[in-house]
Amino acid sequence: MEQTNTVFKLPFMILSILTVVCFLVNISFGSVYIPLSQTISTFTGSSEVEVWNVIVMDYRLPKAITAILVGSGLGISGLLMQTLFRNPLAGPFVLGISSGASLGVAIIVLGSGLFSISLATVLVSKWGIIIAASLGSFLVLLAVLAISSRVRDTMAILIIGLMFGSITAALVSVLSYFSSAEQLQQYIFWGFGNLSNLSWNEILIFLVIYLTGLMLSIISIKNLNTLLLGDRYARSLGISLKQSRLIIILATSLLAGGITAFAGPIAFVGLAIPHLTRQLFKTSNHKILLPAVILMGAIVMLLCDLVAQVPSSELTLPINAITALVGAPVVIWILVKQRKMMF
Amino acid sequence: MKSSKQHTILKTQNLNIGYHTKNGTNTIARDLNIEITSGELVGLVGANGIGKSTLLRTITKMQTALSGQVFINNSSINNISLKELSQELSLVLTEPLQTKNLSVFELVALGRHPYTNWIGSLTKEDTFQINKALDLIGITDLKDYRCFELSDGQLQKAMIARALAQDTKLIILDEPTTHLDMYHKAYILKLLQDLTKETGKTILFSSHEIDLAIQLCNTMIVMTEDQVHCNEPCVLIEDGVFDSLFPKDLISFDKESGRFKINK
Repeated sequence: MEQTNTVFKLPFMILSILTVVCFLVNISFGSVYIPLSQTISTFTGSSEVEVWNVIVMDYRLPKAITAILVGSGLGISGLLMQTLFRNPLAGPFVLGISSGASLGVAIIVLGSGLFSISLATVLVSKWGIIIAASLGSFLVLLAVLAISSRVRDTMAILIIGLMFGSITAALVSVLSYFSSAEQLQQYIFWGFGNLSNLSWNEILIFLVIYLTGLMLSIISIKNLNTLLLGDRYARSLGISLKQSRLIIILATSLLAGGITAFAGPIAFVGLAIPHLTRQLFKTSNHKILLPAVILMGAIVMLLCDLVAQVPSSELTLPINAITALVGAPVVIWILVKQRKMMF
Repeated sequence: MKSSKQHTILKTQNLNIGYHTKNGTNTIARDLNIEITSGELVGLVGANGIGKSTLLRTITKMQTALSGQVFINNSSINNISLKELSQELSLVLTEPLQTKNLSVFELVALGRHPYTNWIGSLTKEDTFQINKALDLIGITDLKDYRCFELSDGQLQKAMIARALAQDTKLIILDEPTTHLDMYHKAYILKLLQDLTKETGKTILFSSHEIDLAIQLCNTMIVMTEDQVHCNEPCVLIEDGVFDSLFPKDLISFDKESGRFKINK
């Protein structure tokens, strides 16, 4: 919308600058102190200390990029779900994606005693867990979709997703009951989420999944705006509800599913980012919201990661705890400030 | 007396409406033969539960007819895609707006959806149509307000502007005057009458404001238990159609004043 674009130029510029700043700050802090100027020169491989090159290029840079992809991806999928379900409490995981992934990982990690030792080592490797998480979320999503294609009501899909979440949570409890302390610990560690685990190759695959989801979201912008009016209005504007719903769900599952597979189930970001963005931009127009949510998600995740690092110490806190610690107060703040959640 | 410029915009042929249930079909109204010509203001009245909403849902392709045909601009709606239909008829529904976080301009701009490109950019023509709609309804000064800041009457006007911006020959409104006070009821219906005169659009609305509709409409569709009548209001009054609208124990229709009176 022409007239709105100019109004939003300034906040977009501020957010973009903030993103770059957060990115630079994120990669210059860590357990080893590296001056900012040296951090930047590592990009060309010309920093004074050889180890710094390795630290930045192989450890901090992949982690910062993962943080950006995770934050913005979860933000987008949260936005899509809140609009699709017209429910401010919807988040990227309402369709049972994270519970599916948890089940997949739980079966592999907690159930590894059931497999032969050689097979178990392969399965519990990093790729084993990524594949298990993807498969799990994909299968649960497929089940939710299959059932929801029979119901017309969008709200019913929401409830079906929640029910599948309960079923998988129950299955995970059963599995944990029968597993050893060691296995449980490994499973719980996966649940903490992890941004720093990815190699460049893995990031590349992650990026492809992310971009596919992003593209599907971008082509849905127009339909998302009409869905704001309600299903019947959207239909009267010539929208095929089934088709646009499918594309939106597909985009969310690629984004949230990919993120869960590569970084673990990360709580609250997907729910809180769209609200925070709406609070700042005061619009529901997805043409503005989508890019804003991407920047906002990236900023928040980079900051969360910075906090989790506990700068200049050896300590690293679980990222999942930090995001909830940041995310929950944000939601409460918005509720208190607005008295009513809007989407 | 229809002038040569007028043509049929909406027609139903032996239309039966209702629902398919587990135990067969539940017919709500049968043998509907309605014909509406362009530029008319048409009021649809009837008691609660008589099937006004079902009729509107069937006409707007939200629900399939049990049998019979609906023609919009002389083509059967079975042969029109949703996309094409969105350029033939626009809607104002009773259901509340799902989000009120849009500005009035943005809300009205959504009416341009069938015409905009893949990402919804507004062309000059789109902006022109939006501003024209805002102007016709008289809410240009509200365009930067957000929907939650509006009163019910203002919001209803914005919804009508959105339908106007969709630039269709036919606009259908489902009970546009609910939740409004007496002044705004009359205001909205008079606005609809002005719109038909100024733009030549056909407007069909369902309403419980029978006396207002009698005064303003060119044609009225009256749904009663046994039959659906479609004619000019004065003819319908002469035929005593309004008498059969409700049970007679409490209110009766007064032909002289054209309104219902409580039996004394």
